[in-house]
Amino acid sequence: MFKKTLLTALLVSAPLLMVGCVSTGDKGAADSVGSNADAYGSGVDNVKSEFGEATLDERTFYFDFDRSEIKPEYMGAIEANGKNLANHPQKRVRVEGHTDERGSREYNIALGERRAHAVARVLMLEGAKHDQISIVSYGAERPAVQGHNEAAWADNRRAIIEYEAGGQ
Amino acid sequence: MMKYLKYVGLIFTLCFSVLTHAEGILNIEITQAKDAALPVAIVPFKLDGGAPPAQDIAAVVSADLSRSGEFRVMPTHMMRQLPSTPAQMEIPYWRVLGMQAVLVGSVKAQGNGSYQVQVALVDTTQGQGQRAIPGANTDTAAIAPGPNVLLSKEFLVNNRNMRALAHHISDLVYEALTGYRGAFSTQLAYVTVQFANPKKPPSRYVLEIADSDGYNPRPLLTSKEPIMSPSWSPNGKQLAYVSFERNRAGIYVSDIETGNRRLLTSYPGINGAPAWSPDGRKLAVVLSYGKVPKVYLLDIASGKLQQVTFGSSIDTEPSWMPDGKSLIFTSNRGGQPQVYQVDLAGNSVKRLTFQGNYNARASVTPDGTKMVMIHRGQGDFNIATLDLSTNQVSVLTGTSLDESPSLAPNGRMVIYATVDGGRRVLAGVSIDGRVGLLLPAASGEVQEPAWSPFLS
Repeated sequence: MFKKTLLTALLVSAPLLMVGCVSTGDKGAADSVGSNADAYGSGVDNVKSEFGEATLDERTFYFDFDRSEIKPEYMGAIEANGKNLANHPQKRVRVEGHTDERGSREYNIALGERRAHAVARVLMLEGAKHDQISIVSYGAERPAVQGHNEAAWADNRRAIIEYEAGGQ
Repeated sequence: MMKYLKYVGLIFTLCFSVLTHAEGILNIEITQAKDAALPVAIVPFKLDGGAPPAQDIAAVVSADLSRSGEFRVMPTHMMRQLPSTPAQMEIPYWRVLGMQAVLVGSVKAQGNGSYQVQVALVDTTQGQGQRAIPGANTDTAAIAPGPNVLLSKEFLVNNRNMRALAHHISDLVYEALTGYRGAFSTQLAYVTVQFANPKKPPSRYVLEIADSDGYNPRPLLTSKEPIMSPSWSPNGKQLAYVSFERNRAGIYVSDIETGNRRLLTSYPGINGAPAWSPDGRKLAVVLSYGKVPKVYLLDIASGKLQQVTFGSSIDTEPSWMPDGKSLIFTSNRGGQPQVYQVDLAGNSVKRLTFQGNYNARASVTPDGTKMVMIHRGQGDFNIATLDLSTNQVSVLTGTSLDESPSLAPNGRMVIYATVDGGRRVLAGVSIDGRVGLLLPAASGEVQEPAWSPFLS
């Protein structure tokens, strides 16, 4: 429990700890970010998932309105995917961040990127390398479902881990 | 609550069926009308010979003027007189009906698909008087005496340009009666989104351009991946926008006439919110490089980038002040999205919005006096203005989930996206908030309208 809290504290207190999108191989940004993440990652190596290995298939995580903190119930599944990446360095994922439609579109793009970064940070804390992860934010532009009500918004405020060709 | 009460008194059951034409995707429905709108009559134009033209000019002008909210247009079926020249007008008839101005005209086929079109705008408040109003355009000498003619013009036009001519006439009438340049001969860019299955993400995104009344829509780009943030170049010839067609964000520019396009930026992370500088040489853009979104200036010719905002907050949605010397932008540096201004000479930043817990996507009127933005006060997202001298916030809309406000180039109207009847649609509101209208599309969701600059 303490460790979970510690992890959460690290996630919340490190807003600048972000991962570079590596699909174009841009230099500076991704490198410096990677080393930051390694520094934090070494401190939490032994965090265990409370949800076991069966959660690897759970790859969509929902958020509260205008928030980018990961809800505790998703931590186990994200950690399982992070371990999977650590154990299989050839695997690649793409983390997508999405928002509901409320507010302004470009601000939502920024919010979606924060959500994707939050997920990517957990993956890296579990040992995934930054070059295994690419990030894209779709903001409100690619809703999971059509609709303009609370139910649709809840479905649309999400981050997704997508394994690239080759599967999990 | 007051906001809604205000509108109840203004509801005007004016519903246009002017856009039943096959090419029109948008049906315009006026939901709020100005109680002080100027009563005018647009008399159906007389056909002086030959086949009727492709467009009913008077109907197009009537729809334009009604949509502006500045006018209350007399229904044609109530007219007992149908003059086509000022000389034929019986001024007392129009005056007793309360009409302030009457537009008359005629159309004559010239062969080869061309038409001669004559129009005259008569001020019916000034009696039969002989005096000319200062500044009135009376270039047809024969009708200068008699009724008080505000405007008299003759055009030779091809049938296929008849609708454009009608909008031009609307512009002339609007300017003669309000003093503001008309913006009817302009265009809208917007994005339509289709869902093949409502339980799955959208199947198709189309960046479209249409006339300002929704007619003549044509696709500029169709994609299975999102398209967003269209921004017009100041000369109206190009459109910058964000496309996810390579499964990540890139800023592209398309030439509207040829459709030729090029990718301008595709950095890791966010490539968003392009906004053309007033001189057309730069784009303000937002890049995150996989970290935090910040505002940059992109020199279009050289590709050189200059960062203009700094720090760890989200900065996005840059928009140029009319003088090109500063940008306004949305930032959460204070904890919530608010609008800030950055001076491009020294990068100094000041906060502009203090009222409401969410102010975003701001742009400034051409005269620099007001800012239009998304505003959340108690709960709904509405379109509001901020008076830049008094700091007074005025909520303009009674709709909800409003977004993407875009100003007409004359600063008199704002087009935005809202939700009506469970679908995202375009809507318009006058800059004083007293006139509202909905522009529902035939199908799908319509979002992110961007009003073009003046095109002539």
